[in-house]
Formats: sequence, structure tokens, C-alpha cells
Amino acid sequence: MADVQQIINDVTKVYGKERKALMPILQAVVKIKNYLDDQDLISISKALDLSAAEVFGTASFYTFLDIVPRGKNVIRVCKTISCHMAGKDEIIHAIENTLNVKTGETSVDKKFTLLSTNCLGWCHKGPVMLINDKVFPELTAAKAIEILQNYQEEE
Amino acid sequence: MENSRPKRVDIIFLMEGIDPIKVVETTIKKSPDDIILEMIDSGLKGRGGAGFPTGLKWKFTRNEESYDKYVICNADEGEPGTFKDREILDRVPEKVFAGIAICGYTIGAREGLIYLRGEYNFLLPTLNEKLILFNEGLKKIGLDFSIQMRSGSGAYICGEESALFESMEGKRGEPRNKPPFPTVAGYLGKPTVINNVETLVYAFMIARIGSEKFKEMGTKDSRGSKVFSISGDTPKAGISELELGMTVQQFVDEFGDGDTKAVQVGGASGGCVPRKMFQETIIGYEGIPTGGSMMLFNSSRSMYNVLHDYLEFFTEESCGQCTPCRVGCQQLLKGIEAIKRGDKSPGYLEDLKKLAKTMKVAAKCGLGQSVANPFVSIVSNFKEEIIY
Repeated sequence: MADVQQIINDVTKVYGKERKALMPILQAVVKIKNYLDDQDLISISKALDLSAAEVFGTASFYTFLDIVPRGKNVIRVCKTISCHMAGKDEIIHAIENTLNVKTGETSVDKKFTLLSTNCLGWCHKGPVMLINDKVFPELTAAKAIEILQNYQEEE
Repeated sequence: MENSRPKRVDIIFLMEGIDPIKVVETTIKKSPDDIILEMIDSGLKGRGGAGFPTGLKWKFTRNEESYDKYVICNADEGEPGTFKDREILDRVPEKVFAGIAICGYTIGAREGLIYLRGEYNFLLPTLNEKLILFNEGLKKIGLDFSIQMRSGSGAYICGEESALFESMEGKRGEPRNKPPFPTVAGYLGKPTVINNVETLVYAFMIARIGSEKFKEMGTKDSRGSKVFSISGDTPKAGISELELGMTVQQFVDEFGDGDTKAVQVGGASGGCVPRKMFQETIIGYEGIPTGGSMMLFNSSRSMYNVLHDYLEFFTEESCGQCTPCRVGCQQLLKGIEAIKRGDKSPGYLEDLKKLAKTMKVAAKCGLGQSVANPFVSIVSNFKEEIIY
């Protein structure tokens, strides 16, 4: 497990210990751990000399700063209009069936969390999904399943 | 230009023969006031959607006395149907950087920041690498200015300028009251110019080619050209840079699939133009303004579903700070669902329209204020689809 204190130290070296360093710290922790637990939020609040409530307030505002446990790979399928018209429902169903989860859930092996999200900015190439930071545009159900299988085989 | 084809333009993505650092070097030989005059003269208006004159924004910020000032590039492109800024940052990032640097010199700032939406994080490694080189380049030409990246984390509202500042300051992305405007008190309470990605590239190109060439294009109220993000029912989905001033009809003739019944101009927060108004509606500030999002719908699409999608979007993305927006978005969504189910009579639509118009005057920021645009335009023009 990544040492959160170490991440905080690394980020504050670049951004300082002021409040403006908060987003970069939260983002760095999520990037490595995939979500923030209560203890992380408390450590961050101490490092920046903020109240834990302030840190929780900021973290809970942002969709990408997860404060509930997430799988190793977070899948976000775009559900906004252009992707809707291009068939995002089919993609979501295919992923749900492949991973045996419903949207919002994490697979039993904790490898994947499936979420739907608002516009990802690929309206001309929908349907589209993000897996962590990586983009997969112009999906078909078959393509989506193949991509997941590649992730399954990793590590 | 009655019924002629929209004129394609190549300014934003043009890279041939352009050395961005050289352009900055030449530009900063001029006085800041001359650069501001050039920008004002060009008629360039913000390309993010709101359309504030860029030159004036720079002038107001220059006139403020402060040791610290900031230039922020708004790359939190979250409007559904818009993807031009990603394309610009991907293909010609140095032109964006150079636009920021020219603005920094003009207003007297030493620091520039690019706020990139979290959904585009995959661009970060490349942009950071290129920024190191670019910042070195600025040092070599003797400009005391550097640019850094910042990321968003999946909040549409952070594209609103004051919510963006809040986010960069480590807070919830909740818009501030205005005034004071960013030119007076922006990021960290200091005078700040915040411009859209595309605006900064046009500013850079105006510095290079002069305002006269830019002004030649477009109309009196909408000078120049604009990058459009085209999606939906079209065989030509993607990015096109076009001269401003065309009608929706001309646009549809070029990009439609022959069966276009409506065009949503300006994304979810924009307005819906039905077929009967294609001919009379100009795309620009004299007609229907847009940040570039153009979504085409053909007759196979249900406008109820389109509106439902938009309202779900706003309900989720409302920051929840002010009541008109937080409750209004929910009630509009629940309202059209109730009418569709038959739990409310069709006459209830008129009440909902009044609610949307109230949000337009009572909501704190552009998000809540603009929900009325899609709501009233879709409900008025496609009433039967909403009810039955």
C-alpha cells in the first residue's frame, strides 16, 4: 500500500503547504490509491493545517476524487447525449455482464469499478469510456469486452 | 452570403512557418498598450461561450495595480458536445502557451496557469514536457514569465471562471458572487485574466498577423472565425474552423445528414433551433451564440430524450449552492417525467417554463441561468414530443 504521508511530502515540495496545494495532493493520492479514506483526509488536513471538515468538503465535491473504495481500474462510461445516441447503453450492459457488476459497483476481485459519467469530450467518437486516465473512443460492445480482457490479463 | 457554403478557415491549427517563441519575442517589443489596442481593434470576443471582448478584459487587468497578477487558461472544457479545446491542446499546444505568455506580458503578470479538466489527464505528460521547453524559451528571450499545469477532477461547474479559481485554491468548486470580477479579484484574490484555450490562440494569431486580417472575416458583431465541435446525426462529425456569420441553414446544408430536424447550438446550456428557424438564425452574437458545440438531431430522435438527458446533466452538475439551481433543475426533470407519465396535465409545462425563466434571473451563476435556454427552446418547439 502506498504511503500517503510520502505522497503528501512529495506534492508539498512542489506546491508548498498552502491550501492551493490541496487539489494536487488529493489528486496524487487518488492516482495511486484510487480513493481517499478517512485517515488519508485527516493526514492531509494536518499537513496543510486545515480542518478535516474542509478537506472532506473539497474532496467530496469532485466526481473524480473518490471517497469510497474503488477497484484497481475505474471505468467511466460517458452517458451524455451524443454517446447516448451512439449506443452507450449497449456498452454499459456488455461491461456489466462481463464483470458481473451493476453500474456503481466494484467487481468481487476488486479489479474494476464501473461508473457512468457526464460528457468526456469525445462526442464525435462515441461511445467512449475512460479507464483510469486512458481514453477508449469509438467503442462497440465487442471492443469494450476485449479491452477489459486485456486489463484482466495484466499484472 | 445567402445560401453559400460555410467558409473554411485555417488559423487555429496552422503551424507551418510559425515559431511561437519568435512571435512572442517580436510581440513583446511593442508596448502593452499597443497590444491591447490591437486586440480591441480586432473585435475578438471570448471563444468559451460568454463572448466578452478579449482586449477589454486584458485592459481592465492591466489597469489594476498589483504586484501579483495571473493569466489563466480555461481548459476545463465540459460543455456537452464540445471537444475543440482538447484538439487544440493536443495539436498546437505551443500556440496556446504563446498566447498565455503574450497576455502575461501585456497585463504585467509573471505566472500563467492552465486548468485542464480531469477527463483530459492523458494529455498532461506531453503538455508538461512541452512546457519545460517553452518556459526555457521564454527565459532565453528575457521574458520573466512561466506557465504551469493544474488539473480539475470531474466537475462541469469548474469551467465557470470563479468556480475554477475556488478549485485551484483547494476549495469546493462553488461560483463566487460578482462583482468583483476576475480582472479585479480573481485567483487568490489578485487581478486575473481568464481566457478560453481557443481565445488565447486567436489572440496569439492576431499578434502575428494583425487585427486587420482577422477583422476581414465574420460580421460586425461576430468578427473572425471559430472552431466548431460537430456531433450527433452528421456524416462529418469532428472539428471544423469556419468563418462566423453563417445561418444554421447553411451549416446544416454542409454538415447535416439530409434529415436534420433540430440543431442544439452551444451545448446543453445553449439553445435548440428547430428546422423552421434554420433560415433566419445566424450563428453568432447577433443570432445564437455558441462556444462551438453543434449537435445535430435527425427525425429519428426523440426531443424528450434529448431534454431529459440535458436536465439529468444539470441536476448532477449543479453545485447545489443556490436554491433556484439546485431545486429548479430537479423540479424541471421531475416535471417533464410526470407529464410524460400522465401524472401531470400538459398545461403543467407552462408552469415549468415559468420556473425555468425564474432560474434565469435568480440563479447565482451561468449554470443555473442557462438551463432555461435548452428547456424553453425545446419545450416550445417540440411540445408534442414532450407530452406524448
